[in-house]
Amino acid sequence: MLELFKPYTEELVKIVILLALVSLAIAYLTWLERKVIGHIQSRLGPMRVGWHGLLQPIADGIKFILKEDIIPAKADRFGFVLAPLLAFIPAFIVFALIPFDGPQAFTVGGQTYSGYVADVNIALLFVMAITSICVLGLIVGGWASNSKYPLLGALRSVAQLVSYEIPMALSVMGVVMMAGSLSLVQIVLAQERLGWWFFLPQLVGFVIYFICGVAETNRNPFDLPEAEAELVGGYHTEYSGFRFALFFLAEYANMITISAVAATLFLGGWLMPFPSLFAPYLSWVPGIVWFSLKVFALLFLYLWFRGTFPRYRFDQLMGIMWKILLPVAIANILVTAGVMLYLNR
Amino acid sequence: MSDTAPTPASTAAILNEDVMVLNMGPQHPSTHGVLRVILKLDGEKIMDLDCDIGYLHRGIEKIVEHRTYTGAAPYMDRLDYIAAVSNNLAYIGAVEKLAGIQVPPKAQYVRVILTELTRIASHLLWLGTHAMDIGALTVFLYCFREREDVLNILEMTTGARLTTNAFRVGGLAADIPDGFAAKTRAFCDIIGGRIKEYEGLLSANRIWLARTRGIGAIPADDAIAIGLSGPSLRGSGVKWDLRKASPYEAYDRFEFDIPVGANGDTYDRYQVRLEEMRQSRRIILQALDGMPEGDFRAKVPRVLKPPPGEVYHSIEAPKGELGFYLVSDGSANPYRVRIKGPSFFNLQAMRRLCVGHFVADVVAIIGTLDIVLGEIDR
Repeated sequence: MLELFKPYTEELVKIVILLALVSLAIAYLTWLERKVIGHIQSRLGPMRVGWHGLLQPIADGIKFILKEDIIPAKADRFGFVLAPLLAFIPAFIVFALIPFDGPQAFTVGGQTYSGYVADVNIALLFVMAITSICVLGLIVGGWASNSKYPLLGALRSVAQLVSYEIPMALSVMGVVMMAGSLSLVQIVLAQERLGWWFFLPQLVGFVIYFICGVAETNRNPFDLPEAEAELVGGYHTEYSGFRFALFFLAEYANMITISAVAATLFLGGWLMPFPSLFAPYLSWVPGIVWFSLKVFALLFLYLWFRGTFPRYRFDQLMGIMWKILLPVAIANILVTAGVMLYLNR
Repeated sequence: MSDTAPTPASTAAILNEDVMVLNMGPQHPSTHGVLRVILKLDGEKIMDLDCDIGYLHRGIEKIVEHRTYTGAAPYMDRLDYIAAVSNNLAYIGAVEKLAGIQVPPKAQYVRVILTELTRIASHLLWLGTHAMDIGALTVFLYCFREREDVLNILEMTTGARLTTNAFRVGGLAADIPDGFAAKTRAFCDIIGGRIKEYEGLLSANRIWLARTRGIGAIPADDAIAIGLSGPSLRGSGVKWDLRKASPYEAYDRFEFDIPVGANGDTYDRYQVRLEEMRQSRRIILQALDGMPEGDFRAKVPRVLKPPPGEVYHSIEAPKGELGFYLVSDGSANPYRVRIKGPSFFNLQAMRRLCVGHFVADVVAIIGTLDIVLGEIDR
């Protein structure tokens, strides 16, 4: 049995490290959010548990696990139990494909290892496909709760997440055309060859991708499926304890995924900014640090949005997608194709 | 509650499908208390709604029949607990009118200052919760930061922060404390800039405009017919403010404008209330400058027995016209106290404003009407 896994030792070790790191990152993203929004709102955020509330996520985790596990009597038990897992697991799978660092990232015992679990030639397609599974979790959860507010939340999430996937997929097509590959590693390497990160030539695509990303992760100003003021808790109204935490963690994992994919596609992944300027001094900085910095810059945008914007109404949300984002995304593809044809003439 | 708002023909009605009935409240994050709204939905569109009230009924009107005129005053703080000072002023004013008591000018000025401070505090709480209902979380905390300053001034003057029982029949309970003027001026100095800060977050925000422009619009005729008052009425362009229309206390001695809206939608009512805060600041500064010397309380008999008769006295509370109808039979207790609260009348507009809009707009409209259930249920 063990022999079977032997060829995959490298991948398995990486997966274990990745799971630990990503879980930690999610936990501390919740802390960061509370801190950032706290300071935006002229208060301090968590301060009690640990130095500046640094142990707060752990305390919250323990609280969630210790809470009573409630399944409403009228809920569909199978769907109710399944839904949080459906939302949570795909959010983690995606990280296997994210290149945190380049092909020759680090050396252990004379052997070089890459900074990613797998380099798949259709990675981008795979990421898009897996992230869309998350929506199933919300639908099943809202439906299985057998309650009206979750149902309304689930209906909203179906419409919102399914429609926003269209401009999202279209917005990355420009990058794919310029890189000539769907592999995330190849896309970063293409940016290295070009000398420009793709967010400059593909600024429109980047903006559309990020807007769609905010909508896909149900974040402000597109947080309609869980709009507290209207739908109490949206699709997770009936959830409590650790099942609620899974939905919650899935949302944060998705935020990191969207930011990580955006950093990879548009912001040069693990590449150093201004290499001609910084390379002499900062070449010792590992690529994963640059990558993390880019991801956190994007995550900060998410938190900033939440501290600033009101919430769109459902029909307005759909209007933005169909009337603005989709036509612009298609135009972006056509313009990119035209320019590429012209340059390669 | 019924009015003549037509229910639009919908796909559900045409297809003869069932509409979904959704209970919003009495436990709901944005019904501002224990209001229960029964929504009939076609998808997310509102076909019909009904407001169910009474979850906070305490029988205040009956209770105070068994209290003396002065002993009844603290109960009135529990009506609109967000603007307790205004309730107190209206009730005390009614008693004074009934008993024919003249209030010394200094007490009148202090009353005006405290009431206008309360108006600012009430509008701040309205803005904070209204913005939070629409999803802007930060404004809520900013508003509470400034409201805290008002509560501190109230605490220093009356000894309490929420249910202040601020005034007494004939004037004030005590003279204003040292440092009152300085602290109030300090608050007036910052509030102007802070209102700009809220406007910076909301007034030109595309999302805020999309969520408030044209939402819950009501023309002036309908607003008057339903009996709206206060900012909800002025948002529709009716220039009606009791502080000008029938001045009480010392309001005829101050200069201030009455802001009005044009379209009567949620955005106009938002603008009206913001401007009202600025006008309140103007009034407070004028009152501080012109504060007369003298007594803070008139001579009032220990046991107050107004002559038999009846009186109606109303003031411009932050939420609209707040009136007290008192009947005296010559004894120490009021024979009948009838309270005309603005929130109760404003709530009647719910159906007229909401039908045809979406679920998300219901919370915006509840917010823009600025209701408080303590006053609706009494």
